[in-house]
Amino acid sequence: MAVVKVTRPKLNAGEKMYLGAIFKGFVITMKHAIASMRNKTRGADAMESTGLGITMQYPEQKWDGHLPDYYRGAPALVTDEQDRERCVSCQLCEFICPPKAIKITPGEIPSDDPWAKVEKRPKEFEIDMTRCIYCGMCEEVCPEQAIYLRKDYAITGLKRADMVHNKKKLYEIGGKRVGLVNKWNELK
Amino acid sequence: MDLVTLLVILAKVVGLTFVVVLPLVPISVYFERRFSAIIQDRVGPNRVGIPLTLLGAKKDFSFFGLVQPMADGLKLFLKEDFTPSHVNKAFYWLAPALTVVPALVTVCVVPFGSDIIVNGIGYKLVIADLDIGPLFVFAISSLSVYGITLAGWSSNSKFPFIGGVRSTAQMISYEIALGLSVVPVLLYYGDLNLSNIVEQQSVNGWLLLPLWGNSAPWNNGGDYTAWIFWIPAMIAFVIFTTSVFAETNRMPFDLPECETELVGGYHTEYSSMKFAMFFMGEYAAMVIGSSLVVTLFLGGWSLGPWFDTWAAGLKIGSVGIGGLLNMSVFMAKVVAFILFFILVRWTVPRFRYDQLMRLGWVIFFEAALINVFLAALVIAAPQFGTLATAAGLALLAIVTGTLVWVLKVSEKKSAPISI
Repeated sequence: MAVVKVTRPKLNAGEKMYLGAIFKGFVITMKHAIASMRNKTRGADAMESTGLGITMQYPEQKWDGHLPDYYRGAPALVTDEQDRERCVSCQLCEFICPPKAIKITPGEIPSDDPWAKVEKRPKEFEIDMTRCIYCGMCEEVCPEQAIYLRKDYAITGLKRADMVHNKKKLYEIGGKRVGLVNKWNELK
Repeated sequence: MDLVTLLVILAKVVGLTFVVVLPLVPISVYFERRFSAIIQDRVGPNRVGIPLTLLGAKKDFSFFGLVQPMADGLKLFLKEDFTPSHVNKAFYWLAPALTVVPALVTVCVVPFGSDIIVNGIGYKLVIADLDIGPLFVFAISSLSVYGITLAGWSSNSKFPFIGGVRSTAQMISYEIALGLSVVPVLLYYGDLNLSNIVEQQSVNGWLLLPLWGNSAPWNNGGDYTAWIFWIPAMIAFVIFTTSVFAETNRMPFDLPECETELVGGYHTEYSSMKFAMFFMGEYAAMVIGSSLVVTLFLGGWSLGPWFDTWAAGLKIGSVGIGGLLNMSVFMAKVVAFILFFILVRWTVPRFRYDQLMRLGWVIFFEAALINVFLAALVIAAPQFGTLATAAGLALLAIVTGTLVWVLKVSEKKSAPISI
């Protein structure tokens, strides 16, 4: 490799005095200070800044509108358009889950049920949000497209028990998801 | 000494140190954080306020986060005060006090305002009206280097030690520039009493703003001394201000505690209130430094002759409260200067240690000496007459030229060895 000799730039008398450069620096810093006081910082609009500088004031202002479609938030269970639960309690998500956050208690569908052929549904479905790493593997592995990562990111609670999402909570977050569901197909 | 005098002294000590100067410390911390934030396009602490929701109100009252310093202080009180086993305990405990005490002792010579008149007797808003004000400040404030050095040494750990050594060298070097740069100012006033210096500035115009009273040529029969003196005064101001920055370990001279090289510098091993005391000492030194700059160069508590005379005549009953108004002017000036400190912090990058030493010993020391010569020449010019003044100027030019030439020759570096 060729050796590149970098020489120091020749400074003229004004630059050697140093004070001019300091003054220039003051102008730059003050320009920033004044701009952020007037809420005119560059990029403040794009960041939806409400106050000083470009900072978005979080709890008052949220970034929700800008979340991309592929955003991976809290995992949740979804129902189909007729409010039937999609999950067949195959437990694939439980087995794939890297931090072992998912716990499923499978329940049997009684034989007199019209959908007895589906055989299983979850009796209880718990996701421990203190363990979840939002990797999305559960969504990827689910054969029935029953579990999805939604856009909820502010998962809060005052104790550990609050951070465990049970089945009711999961359906509440998940909502409805339309589209073909294999298990309701009578011909299959 | 009778009881009234004692009580007045006690009231001054308590009032001026604990009600005026100490609250300035958290206020300057708050300003530091908010002002740095807006310089960096951020918000800064704007949330901490009075939690009215706990008392049943609808909304919290945040008031721009002004309560933040209190929260910080509370946090520091509640933290574990950890003493590592490898430290030299006696000095480790002594060091934080040794940084705070000198900074607070120097408060006693700062004139905070004009006299408060009660029943015809004027009470000066100075704790100790010493006739050697600036010398006292230099003598005491240079003691604070002991605190830092002892902290670095007694911590018995390498980074604090390097920080302590650096600060010793730095503070001793800049003490000289600091002392020499005020000589022109003291020559000009012919007085070492800070109250008298401010009094003179109030009547005759500030040192850096000689526009009224005796210093203006239209009032004193065409004497331009005060205006010509503006040049050495400005040089002294720049040297003094920069040296104050170095003395208080502020950016761009914060080498004793530069985070990038020395973790936390001399206070790496300290926690809780001991750390807070270093912090407080540093900010108190900053407050004292800026009040000294304001006192010597920017007119202290005066705000133009019209305001001063109006304030002096102000009375509630038989108590002249002009002094308090003047004090608030002084405080405003000090806070403005602290804001300047912060502006400098975020503008000028940190110096390398050899650059710092070169600036102190080679540039400021020489510049301050030449400045003393120049100032003396300006002051003596009316008595000297034209010929002697011209001769003096020529001598000054020769001396300056020789100094610059010597510095240039002695600093000639050999060409860097190519790799």
